[in-house]
Amino acid sequence: MPVNATLSQLSDWSYGSAAAIYLLAMILFLVEQAFGRKGREAAERAGAGRDGSAVAAAGGGEPPEGPASTTASTAATMAASAAESRRRGRAERFGSMGVAVMVLGMLLHLAALVFRGWSTGRAPWGNMYEFLMVLCFAAVVTWLVVISRHAVRHLSVFVLLPVVLLLFLGGTLLYSTAVPVQPALQSYWLVIHVSTVAAASGVFLVPGVASVLYLFHSAHQRDPARFASLVRRLPSKEQLDRVAYRVTVFAFPVFTFGVIAGAIWAESAWGRFWGWDPKETVAFITWVIYAAYLHARATAGWRGDRAAMINIAGFAVVVFNLFFINLVVAGLHSYAQVD
Amino acid sequence: MTTGGDGGPAARERTYRDTPVRRMLAFARNTWRGLTSMRVALILLFLLALAAFPGAVLPQRMVDDSAVSRYIDDYGWWGRLLDRLQFFDVYGSVWFSAIYLLLLVSLVGCLVPRSAEYVRSMRAKPVLTPRNLARMPHHRAGELRADPDSVIARAHDRLARWRRVERTEQDGARTISAERGYLRETGNLVFHFALLGLIIAFAVGHMYKYEGQVIVHADGSEFCNSGIYAFDTFNAGLNVDGTGLTPFCVRVNDFEADYLPNGQPDNYRADIEYQSGDDLRDGTWRPYDLQVNHPLRTEGDRVYLLGHGFAPEFTVTFPDGQQRTKATQWRPNDQVTLLSDGATKFDPPGVTDAAERRSSQIAITGLFAPTAHFNGKILTSSAPDLEDPAVAVDVMRGDLGIDSGYGQSIFEIDEKMVEQDRLERVARENLRVGEEIELDDGTRISFDGVQRWASLQVSHDPTQGWVLAFAIVMLVGLAASLIVKRRRLWIRVSPSGDGGAGSLVHVGGLARTDQAGYGEEFTRLAADLLEDTGGERDARNGSERNRS
Ligand code: HEM
Repeated sequence: MPVNATLSQLSDWSYGSAAAIYLLAMILFLVEQAFGRKGREAAERAGAGRDGSAVAAAGGGEPPEGPASTTASTAATMAASAAESRRRGRAERFGSMGVAVMVLGMLLHLAALVFRGWSTGRAPWGNMYEFLMVLCFAAVVTWLVVISRHAVRHLSVFVLLPVVLLLFLGGTLLYSTAVPVQPALQSYWLVIHVSTVAAASGVFLVPGVASVLYLFHSAHQRDPARFASLVRRLPSKEQLDRVAYRVTVFAFPVFTFGVIAGAIWAESAWGRFWGWDPKETVAFITWVIYAAYLHARATAGWRGDRAAMINIAGFAVVVFNLFFINLVVAGLHSYAQVD
Repeated sequence: MTTGGDGGPAARERTYRDTPVRRMLAFARNTWRGLTSMRVALILLFLLALAAFPGAVLPQRMVDDSAVSRYIDDYGWWGRLLDRLQFFDVYGSVWFSAIYLLLLVSLVGCLVPRSAEYVRSMRAKPVLTPRNLARMPHHRAGELRADPDSVIARAHDRLARWRRVERTEQDGARTISAERGYLRETGNLVFHFALLGLIIAFAVGHMYKYEGQVIVHADGSEFCNSGIYAFDTFNAGLNVDGTGLTPFCVRVNDFEADYLPNGQPDNYRADIEYQSGDDLRDGTWRPYDLQVNHPLRTEGDRVYLLGHGFAPEFTVTFPDGQQRTKATQWRPNDQVTLLSDGATKFDPPGVTDAAERRSSQIAITGLFAPTAHFNGKILTSSAPDLEDPAVAVDVMRGDLGIDSGYGQSIFEIDEKMVEQDRLERVARENLRVGEEIELDDGTRISFDGVQRWASLQVSHDPTQGWVLAFAIVMLVGLAASLIVKRRRLWIRVSPSGDGGAGSLVHVGGLARTDQAGYGEEFTRLAADLLEDTGGERDARNGSERNRS
């Protein structure tokens, strides 16, 4: 099937605009991050009510008929006052604008993917540029879900920074024109395996960032002089740990599935389901590291800093797999198509 | 130790004698305990990740043997040291095996007691209701007009899907302890057992599997999976001796490759026929369209289309008028343009004298291009498709060294023969199809055309179905163990109000795993449990009580 040049051009434009708009969102979030301390703390208190101990706040405004427990009513007032101060905080407004802009960026990002797939008549993840596009998309969507559930919106800069960086690298160094894929990739397993692995990799970005922030927090606790101004603006360590854990726990089975799908595909494309090809090997290492993370969180003496470090190591290996193995080591997965 | 301070050394001696046997037992016990602890499992997981790493960056024998040789040549003593330390066979190395065996032991040692614990906990009743439910992470309380009996009855209804037990406390308060999410532990155990199964199936597969590659001309040539000799290369597990391969035959009738205008391959397909099982006896051939990603599966074995290439066909007309025609496969040395090299070798016909034969053997060696492009006289290929084939050949005459007893590559001539002047170049020419060379003795060599060949791989792995099954079970177990939340709920109901007609109700909740997420469910449950369904009379009582 020939490539439709107009559509692929549209895809490229959407891609560029998405990156630019993320950059704009980043600036807005930066304003919130820099000036929005008060509003943020209020939001945090309300957030604690959402998934912490003062549960009743989530039960709706309607007070129970009988004499309700006191926690419920205080939490409700707290949430109300938080909402009020949120309305007031000007920096907060930048934050909500940032979210709106980020959603717009995500839609353009999605358009870039759709046009790319449409122009080539295949799933839009057949080379490294496209893989990176999917990965970043997954990271952005994950983050939007996370901030709808946890009061961590003001951390968006830290997530958008690596996303924009990766999109920039993808759009410049790794860019490749839209073409169909070679015979070995013409399989519905391309759709299943690559999409799940790319998405899981992108989702892993979020816990990676949360864990880095967690370590800054710890460093500050050990020596209050260090990173004081940064840490003042961070949510609690528990909150960061919870975000890291919950997102990892979602991404890990997806990644596992992606690796299994890859093995099934390898069985029909390369004649064996597992052959220690460099890319397979690093996927295995990634898997073992995230398994280690889950164990660490259940092992006394390994929770906290060490678990966070393991999580970061996991994402570092994901990035290593993407860049080093694709570009430096030759293997069966040499479909990167970087000119 | 139980010895007090009052017993003398002799007394201590009696209660605890430090014999070598005991010391060894203690050592074994401690080692076992250590090995099966989470901490050690964690460290072993790390070591496994670390040990797997060199395999990703260094060439591996099982993947690419020649890359390993090149690496060792390039890096000298460093390469030889790495080789000695098995860094080019990471996944079969002593140290990698040691780590994964230890992990396996640790896994078994961890699973056995956990399974026992699991059975016990599945039988056990939910724990006693804590004295003060207000201390629980989740708590709601309320005073209802309904009497304790109906509150408790409704709670049983509402908690129908929870495992629960009702108890009556000393002061007459009635409680229900409920617990849910046992599937988490089930999933976790299923996951770990499936992982164990997967590792074992994988290891067993490695003992019994084999892989053989063979090149078959796409002109109706046949290949039969009858023994190691039928293959060009053959890799097998320790328990495969090459006898008893599953019998089947494959005949390659045609090969087709489609390319996009830019030269990128779009599709490869081999038109084949095969026979296996009963077909072998009655001679039935079944057609199959063999493609990349679309292997032939028969009798538990798989046949893959790995690659393809060209076999230029040459005819040698000897001075006495005898002709010999041959199309030997040449190997692609550029995967993009399929520029190939090779050597097509001829014996002079009808020559019985060995010495004479060895002075007049002929080899045609050089380059083949499917779409020729000449830079002056230098031949290259500009595309992989068979558009304008040409060869650039050296014709060698003399002793090819085939009788020396050493095997030689079908793609090359023996350069030693050239160095010893026993093989001599007698012509160098570029040829298109139909062109020919005439040698000084009148021998004519013509380039007749091109045949295609397909390279096939036969793979056999008796346990791969098991590995897949374990992998799927593992995934299901993992999902269950990560998604399901283990959680507890307690309700305490004591009589209240006039004559105990109403109830004072406390509801407490605790998520045993990750706290987040239980909140909403608890709120919903607690709201239901605290909903007042008392009748008319109760309602009046209730309002009176509220007023007071
Ligand atoms: C081959 C090595 C192993 C791998 C790849 C592995 C993998 C995993 C994974 C992915 C989980 C996450 C599931 C969850 O969090 O519920 C997990 C949980 C767990 N594993 Fe393993 N495991 C291994 C060996 C072991 C060993 C040797 C032990 C015992 C010492 C063990 C004990 C546990 C326990 C107790 C949990 C539950 C932790 C929790 O509640 O979060 N595992 N394992």
